[in-house]
Amino acid sequence: MEKLTVSPSPHIRSEATTSKIMTHVLIALCPALLVSAFVFGGRALMLTGFCILTSMIWERLFNLVTKRQDTTGDMSAAVTGILLAFNLPVTLPYWIAAIGTFVSIVIAKQLFGGLGHNFANPAIVGRIVLLLSFPAAMTNWVVPFYDPQDIVTSATPLANGAAEYKDLFLGLTGGCLGEVSAAALLIGGCYLVAVGVITPHAPIAFIATVYVFSQLTGRDGLYQILSGGVMLGAIFMATDYVTTPITSKGRLIFGIGCGLITCVIRFWCSAPEGVSYSILLMNIVTPYIDMFTGSKPIGAVTHKEPKERKGKKEAAE
Amino acid sequence: MRLNGISLPHKKGTEIAETAVMPCPEKVRISMSQHMGAPGIPLVKVGDEVKVGQKIGDCETFMTCPVHSGVSGKVTAINDMVLANGKSCKVVEIDCDGKQTVWEGITPPSVTDKESLVRAVRESGCCGMGGAGFPTHIKLNYNEEKCHIDTLVINAAECEPYITSDYREMMENSQNVIDGIKFIKNILGIEKAVVGIEDNKPKAIALFEEKLAGEDDIKVLRLKSSYPQGAEKVIAFYATGRIIMEGSLPSDHGIIVMNVSTVAFINEYIKTGMPFVSRRLTIDGDAVNHACNVRAPIGTMLKDLLAFTDTNPDGIHKIISGGPMMGIGVYDLDTPLCKTNNAFLCFKKPVSIKGIVVSQNQTHCIRCGRCIKACPLGLMPAALERAYDRGDREALNKLKINLCMNCGSCSYVCPAKRDLAEKNQLAKGFALSK
Repeated sequence: MEKLTVSPSPHIRSEATTSKIMTHVLIALCPALLVSAFVFGGRALMLTGFCILTSMIWERLFNLVTKRQDTTGDMSAAVTGILLAFNLPVTLPYWIAAIGTFVSIVIAKQLFGGLGHNFANPAIVGRIVLLLSFPAAMTNWVVPFYDPQDIVTSATPLANGAAEYKDLFLGLTGGCLGEVSAAALLIGGCYLVAVGVITPHAPIAFIATVYVFSQLTGRDGLYQILSGGVMLGAIFMATDYVTTPITSKGRLIFGIGCGLITCVIRFWCSAPEGVSYSILLMNIVTPYIDMFTGSKPIGAVTHKEPKERKGKKEAAE
Repeated sequence: MRLNGISLPHKKGTEIAETAVMPCPEKVRISMSQHMGAPGIPLVKVGDEVKVGQKIGDCETFMTCPVHSGVSGKVTAINDMVLANGKSCKVVEIDCDGKQTVWEGITPPSVTDKESLVRAVRESGCCGMGGAGFPTHIKLNYNEEKCHIDTLVINAAECEPYITSDYREMMENSQNVIDGIKFIKNILGIEKAVVGIEDNKPKAIALFEEKLAGEDDIKVLRLKSSYPQGAEKVIAFYATGRIIMEGSLPSDHGIIVMNVSTVAFINEYIKTGMPFVSRRLTIDGDAVNHACNVRAPIGTMLKDLLAFTDTNPDGIHKIISGGPMMGIGVYDLDTPLCKTNNAFLCFKKPVSIKGIVVSQNQTHCIRCGRCIKACPLGLMPAALERAYDRGDREALNKLKINLCMNCGSCSYVCPAKRDLAEKNQLAKGFALSK
């Protein structure tokens, strides 16, 4: 007879794995991808595919160079690739996109130890680096249904403030690839909540804060949440496990913080959009949020011994 | 308020079958350590003749109860045996004569008050039959001046997958269960009793609701099927709404929690005087040919149980004593059945049944928070693991590592397949060490 295997309990595990979770995120991003392909044409698909491919390649190369286990199987590089692509204008040259995925995968993620150890959302870091390095190419927005032979650029609805709610909701406006259609992003978000991949705390807190804060300061709240990157950021980036708080309470605080910073940047800074900066800044304070929002153990007795002891000692003396 | 819980595949395929009675094996090995607490000291010598129900081990220590023989025959050896926790104890080996002669001293005890109940329960060798194995007489011997017990909680949740031994007890022996509840309730003067049954056992719920229809002070509590519903703290909370605080016992909160099979056994003992010499257990798993519930004498060796269920030991990869969530791996087919053993589960390699995955490669924690949402006690396994890895005793104590009951929910839900429950156990020891 073979030897029996002995291991600590539990002896069974759930079917959930990191790669299955990431695959769910990829599925949830599909509606927005389809809308962008419809609005911006085939190049939207090409650019997204290019970003996914280069992200996987950078990840594999980094694993090879550092002689680490191959981690492309966890699909997180694909998610980062598609999220970065969603933050790019459709006209962006491929070589710039490749730099973006390099920054995201190698610098923001792998150099910190890979998935689980990065402190900031890789796609956000990639976008910010590209935005600061190639400001012109990164803000070269085109009108929907553009003719590739005769590119007409337009300001994003966020900058010019002139678009119908319906167009913003459906995505028939200019802007980054994936952020144009609030409807498609919401469908993806609902899917993620339904399959239990994300909790709705951070997205709702984020979107509600932007709405309320805009209304309070005399702006059009609905316009603010439908335009720009609020939906994409709130649903897909403020819910990234690794870089956001681990408890529901922490996620609420994270969402509110993101909403406030987004509004402050949008309304009073020179930059038109603040979603990525707000998420990056909140990523940085995530460990502190975690520190103060830990779950409370049930039935725990909190000891106030030092004080009592001191009292007793004094009494004894 | 709800406590966290997870949903597990039930796999209760053995629930329909009547309990099979195992014929007396040729040889039994009766361990002197049957439960939590001190092991007994053998009272017999090699060569002694023993009979069914005869006391063969006992000890003066507080946390212990006697061990009786479930067979008649001759003591052939008294050896040392290594237990799952690494400690060793004596094991009495008896060659059975097959006659199952009952010991002359078997008489029903006379129980009139709490004191005589505690004494009788100790003599019966009774300990919790649900798995943890707390000696029952200690549970019943609470300090009357300090605590007023108002609720007797009968734990019939049986939340672990596969195991159906308590379910069969309820279906085959319901009158004994109900009489046992009434008896204990009356002797101890407890106002009400609650029988907590998970809603994946609708027949048991219906049967008990019917049988208890006229009783105002014994209620059936339909529990959601969620793991670990049968953990003492969890079932006590759902039955009474009270939270058993760190460092206190259920009795400090006016509650006694008893397993349903334990209650039935006590009633049987009061009637007949036959001590704890055999029990029902579930034998299941994909390596078992004839999965069923078996009643077998304490001390029956695993290999005999496998032979009885027509199971070929060659194809077995892993044997678990207890449920798949909290059970202990068995490494030896000579392992004897003990009082706390509610199941032996045997699995082929690779251990992968539909809906269940067993071993997979560990990856980095992605901070998804599933373990925190799974922990019934609101602990943070991911944070505990990090604190243990960096050797931070202070953080472990602050995060209340001592509350972990090793239910395994955190490891089960982890998508990175990290061994969180195992780390918690290591961390518990580490936090206590100086």
